[in-house]
Amino acid sequence: MAEPPLVEIAGLKRHFDVSPPWLNRAVEGSGRRIVKAVDGLDFAIRRGETFALVGESGCGKSTVARLIVGLHAPGAGSIRYAGAELGPASPARRRMQMIFQDPYASLNPRWRVRDIVAEPIRHNRLLADRAAVAERVAGLLTRVGLSPIDGEKYPHEFSGGQRQRISIARALAGEPEFIVCDEPTSALDVSVQAQILNLMKALQRALGLTYLLISHDLAVVYHVSSRVAVMYLGRICELADTGTLFGRPRHPYTRLLLDTIPDLAMSGREREPVAGEVPSPIDPPPGCAFHPRCPFAEDRCRLERPELKPAGGAEVACHAVEEGRLS
Amino acid sequence: MSAALLEVDGLRVEFPTRRGTLVAVDGVSFSIARGEVLGMVGESGAGKSLTGNAIIGLLEPPGRIAAGSVRLAGKRIDGLPPDQIRRIRGRRIGAIFQDPLTSLNPLYTVGEQLVETILTHLDIGARAARRRALELLGEVGIPAPAERIDHYPHQFSGGMRQRVVIALALSAEPELIVADEPTTALDVSIQAQIIGLLRRLGAERGASVLLITHDMGVIAETADRVAVMYAGRIAEIGPVRRVLESPLHPYTEGLMAAIPAVGRDVDSLAQIDGAMPRLHEIPAGCAFHPRCPRAVAGCDRDRPGLVPIGGSEVACLLYRPEPGEAAHG
Repeated sequence: MAEPPLVEIAGLKRHFDVSPPWLNRAVEGSGRRIVKAVDGLDFAIRRGETFALVGESGCGKSTVARLIVGLHAPGAGSIRYAGAELGPASPARRRMQMIFQDPYASLNPRWRVRDIVAEPIRHNRLLADRAAVAERVAGLLTRVGLSPIDGEKYPHEFSGGQRQRISIARALAGEPEFIVCDEPTSALDVSVQAQILNLMKALQRALGLTYLLISHDLAVVYHVSSRVAVMYLGRICELADTGTLFGRPRHPYTRLLLDTIPDLAMSGREREPVAGEVPSPIDPPPGCAFHPRCPFAEDRCRLERPELKPAGGAEVACHAVEEGRLS
Repeated sequence: MSAALLEVDGLRVEFPTRRGTLVAVDGVSFSIARGEVLGMVGESGAGKSLTGNAIIGLLEPPGRIAAGSVRLAGKRIDGLPPDQIRRIRGRRIGAIFQDPLTSLNPLYTVGEQLVETILTHLDIGARAARRRALELLGEVGIPAPAERIDHYPHQFSGGMRQRVVIALALSAEPELIVADEPTTALDVSIQAQIIGLLRRLGAERGASVLLITHDMGVIAETADRVAVMYAGRIAEIGPVRRVLESPLHPYTEGLMAAIPAVGRDVDSLAQIDGAMPRLHEIPAGCAFHPRCPRAVAGCDRDRPGLVPIGGSEVACLLYRPEPGEAAHG
């Protein structure tokens, strides 16, 4: 690949201290409690693609999104953007925006929509005069399928889907090339979800955007993304092209996840009922974090943590796959 | 149909407000046979949860049943005094809600809550009740029930809590279970486990289930029949396979095409433009007509009733009552 990746993540870690206060610890004789939300990630996002991070609650995917846009500081590791290290005040931050899951919580209820959408323009001083800002806001609202006169209204006057359109207009106002979308359609009904997904795809084509999509919905991921990384307890267990990952999942956890997709076609296939739940990220199992639920676990899985290694077009962190026990 | 356990006929739920009366559920009729799982699907605000709440007598005031009837095994249960409907709910109808935490009392162990429910509804002693509580916990798939029975709700994970709620709903061996979004708050792998559990319950215990959800996938995997709701009315009702694979109503059609699916390679999803109308602006005629790609003259005036078409029933003017004579728009 000639072109360097747009975003490069190396050895990224973020731990959160959720210990009780010092006095409680002293009285109860308990130690510190650390959530290893993100525990050593390496991946790269190519320019113009939609890269998806999937996993169940608590796997750390939203923390990754927040680390990349700078809402959390990394504990260790590096995030490079367009070849340069990304710091708290990097000018490159202006080129990235975020769309949040809850369109009810992410828009200021006291601001008119035109001010919400204009904020990135004003903050980044993209346009000088008032008339130009107003014109740009009107253009953005039209672009996301709203009407320029909607700018006079307040967020509560809109439905969930329309609010998510406002969030997208606000994200676009900063003239980003990279947008982090954290569960952008999870709070929406399916017919509205289709509208938003179509809009996101159309914008990507028209503006050459790069997306990082955080989602737990595998059907949405399949529909919009070009590459997928599956996360489990703060680590990536498999990373591959969408077609490869869904066509031939290798990691036992990926197989489990794909097997849980409700069967709309009703082919009548019997699903393997999956036992167990995601353990707490406070005290993850040693070795491979998935081993307590894994039907292929052996002694090595309980002791040694597997690293991501190439396996037939994908990258998989699994001893069984590496040893050829699991094809 | 004599085999029907639950018969809902012309159910209408209203909310009186200062700006006039809002009709949230408008003439909904359906029945559930013994041992059958009926899925009720629709988008937010379609009135599916209100229908469920009206059936179990848990409508929150000022919401009220303004017309219609609800019959359980032939006897009317709507409009019963609170103490009577409370006895039916729990004993004959079990309820499962979306958020397991709000259905459990945090101050009592799950065992105490199960035993209390069992003692309230069944005529057995305390020791037998605890034995039954243990059985139930085992049945819903909680590992080491003998140990877990004395734990408090906060000591359970989300998926395990929902299992406890299901055990609680089953504790009096109800004939009907009303499950409102039972898997929505859960992760996908846990969701699959709970779906399996619900499906097994219907089959093994002969209990009827009204499964309310916005998730077509859950319906496809669990229900025998499905009712699709739109703006407080049933748009289409019929056998699951038939409704999902060859939907009749333009709304169902649009909904199915809007759902992304693994393995379905399309560049863009079919979309239904606009949004479901709010309660105070439901249009005349068919509530779907302003968004309908197949609307014809009359859709904005005549409200369609459910007509039987080849095993399903559909409320759409494109279809005429005589089977096999579907008119095309």
